[in-house]
Amino acid sequence: MKRSFAILLSNPMSVAGLILVSIVVLSAVFADYIAPFPDHRGAVVDFANFNQPPHWPNIMGTDLVGRDMLSRILYAYRISLVLGVVVLAIAVPIGVTIGLAGGYLGGWAEYILLRITDVFLSIPPLVLAMSIMGVLEPTLINGMMAVTAMWWPWYTRLVYNITRAEREEGYVLAAEVIGASKLHIMFREILPNCVPAVITKMTLDLGFVILIVSSLSFLGLGVQPPTPDLGSMVADGARYLPDSWWLTVFPGLAILVAVFGFNLIGDAMRDVFGGDQ
Amino acid sequence: MNASLLSLENVTKRFGAGAQQVLAVDRVSLELMAGECLAIVGESGSGKSTIANMVLGIYPPSEGIIRFHGEELPARRQLRHRQLIQLVQQNPLSALNPRRSIGASMRLALDVHRIGPASSRRARVSELLEEVGLPADFADRMPASLSGGQRQRVAIARALACQSRVLVLDEPTSALDVLVQARVLRLLGELRPKRDLSYIFITHDLSVVRNIADRVAVFEKGRLVELADTATIFDHPGHPYTRSLISAVPVITDDELSLRGRLAREPEHEH
Amino acid sequence: MTPSSLKAPTLAIADLTLGFRSWRGYAQVLHGISLDIKPGERVALVGESGSGKSVTARIVLGLLQQLKTARISGRVEFEGHDLEAIHPAERHRLRGTAMSMIFQDPTSSLNPVFTIGVQFHEVLKRADANLTYEAAADRAAAILAEVSIPDADRVLSAYPFQLSGGMNQRVMIAMALANEPKLLIADEPGTALDVTVQAQTLHLMRQLVEDHGTAVLFISHNLGVVREFADRVYVIYKGRIVETGPTEAIFADPRHPYTRVLMEAVPRITGGGIPEIEEDAAGFGDPLVVHEEAVR
Repeated sequence: MKRSFAILLSNPMSVAGLILVSIVVLSAVFADYIAPFPDHRGAVVDFANFNQPPHWPNIMGTDLVGRDMLSRILYAYRISLVLGVVVLAIAVPIGVTIGLAGGYLGGWAEYILLRITDVFLSIPPLVLAMSIMGVLEPTLINGMMAVTAMWWPWYTRLVYNITRAEREEGYVLAAEVIGASKLHIMFREILPNCVPAVITKMTLDLGFVILIVSSLSFLGLGVQPPTPDLGSMVADGARYLPDSWWLTVFPGLAILVAVFGFNLIGDAMRDVFGGDQ
Repeated sequence: MNASLLSLENVTKRFGAGAQQVLAVDRVSLELMAGECLAIVGESGSGKSTIANMVLGIYPPSEGIIRFHGEELPARRQLRHRQLIQLVQQNPLSALNPRRSIGASMRLALDVHRIGPASSRRARVSELLEEVGLPADFADRMPASLSGGQRQRVAIARALACQSRVLVLDEPTSALDVLVQARVLRLLGELRPKRDLSYIFITHDLSVVRNIADRVAVFEKGRLVELADTATIFDHPGHPYTRSLISAVPVITDDELSLRGRLAREPEHEH
Repeated sequence: MTPSSLKAPTLAIADLTLGFRSWRGYAQVLHGISLDIKPGERVALVGESGSGKSVTARIVLGLLQQLKTARISGRVEFEGHDLEAIHPAERHRLRGTAMSMIFQDPTSSLNPVFTIGVQFHEVLKRADANLTYEAAADRAAAILAEVSIPDADRVLSAYPFQLSGGMNQRVMIAMALANEPKLLIADEPGTALDVTVQAQTLHLMRQLVEDHGTAVLFISHNLGVVREFADRVYVIYKGRIVETGPTEAIFADPRHPYTRVLMEAVPRITGGGIPEIEEDAAGFGDPLVVHEEAVR
């Protein structure tokens, strides 16, 4: 643990990532306290003060109905993060289990499970999510389902590849010779060795999920108004470029900060976990 | 030497199919006596590892029967079969799960075979560690913090935990330094009578075989080419391949050099 | 080459120390190693894993110097020239020409995507940049014949994976000696091979360096192999040389407690059982024992 921190802090990029991610997470968690106008996350209208460039107290300006941009971005972070966490909380166990089973059991199980995974992988993710969202109602729940459906196969592939390699290790042979069950070998012996790679990927993905949800919202398929979302904010503001630049630039920067921060942390994780193998 | 414990009867193993089929083990019959250390010697491609894997039930023979105490061992081993025969591998680095503690790796053997009441198993792990010359508090450590020799001792303790009758020792010391090798070999030598064990010692190192085995089976390209008492094998090797193996051993004393020289001059024996 | 450098030892290492800085502090690996190799002499550096024998070879090859965490002091002289003093480009040019190496696993040391012939060409080009492939193949065939590979054409057009481990090892030996190096560094050669193949390649290598008058730094943990190969031996324990002398002298009369235990621990093909080796290394820290060269 001490060593992990030493590695983390020895790299300025990791430190930068740590700072960026802390900003995002703290903003999301404490949005109620930080946001200058907490009620602006909802359907508030203030036509006296609409479409204003940054000024005090609206330091990121106001949107087309007069809501404070900063407050809406902070709340958008919260929703993006919740979405990201929920998507990964569903996608990762599914993907990991299928990858472990395919990689360890081999034979028909491997063939069938991996072909199904390949089918999902062969469809461009955004297209898959868009088609699901197109058929279903564009609600937050459906949005999460759509993103989850396109996310798990990547974990299957990752864990499958690690499992294939670990299967050849002596400790797996030892457990088999002792007579341990397949479930034990998959989940108690091999899985712990997949954890570093999975955690690294999850960190990277948290940024990407935020990006994908924003993309869907940008297309009008994600989070629906009046709930604030970074993607829809960029989309709505894009029509008023370049005059009302603050409508797109600040939400865009917010996406950048989140994605970049999680990426840096993900890379740092790789260094930390890579070190003891 | 008394009764036969484990026997291979006309065992053949083929891998692959059609034109690419490989005959890894060719009609081998072999017996392991109770309490003995039988060395299986050969180079890569000799079939020695295939024999070990069939004995352990990792895969069944293509033809032939493996018996334990006269009972035929099935292709799909049951837990009681698994308990009888355990393994110590060559590479202690990979034989222990790097992300599980020593205690957890050893507990597995006790849990799977339900050895003793669950509440006593932690204490049992400590006893086993002490039996192989390691401190009991190693149970809480991770494999990475142990040296190669210590890891190999843990692997031996784990095999002992199953209360097996036969240990398959697959090059157990070839990855170790010479001082560590000597200590681990001594430990194995002490455990055999104490635990009433029999060993199948798989190796290419004849100088180790000379000092630990009761009998030697020499394999070449899947076939058993010579089987005899250790002393006989070294004093009067019958097969040219056995002689070439002995002559290839790098030696350090003049006595050993003269043994090698004598083998080079002497005519071949039959036995 | 000046007359004085002709008399100089091929390799002279004086008071070499090495340490690594890491997050948990400083770890000293070599505590002042001194050794020298005369032209054409076969010298073994024998020790257990972690003794520092392989890092010594890597320092001589200049492979550790670029490492940011490594702290090196002492002198390494090659044919009378301080390796630290010469230009890195010059040092780089030495590798593969005047100084070459053989590693433990022959198959992974060769590049799997090029034929043996192409790799031979690359090696020979290090000494003679304008050499054509055909000329290189001729030179390669000549030296391959010396390592008992008569069908050079087949081997040169083959990829490493198409050859056996023993064959690859012989190819490696041939490549290492192709440019007539003054010094060959062999790090546990053949350990990954079968015993009979290992014995053959060792024999070949010995023959070849003898014929070419190549000096060898032979790194090994195997005392038997060392006895058969080396003229002179350095025993290294935890970063210190503990005993040195002519091979026969050391094997006939090991004097340092560590060397004694090391030799005692080697199982004998004449039998005698496995000796009890004390865990506690009481005399292992004793000072260096030097066996004088026999007067001939």
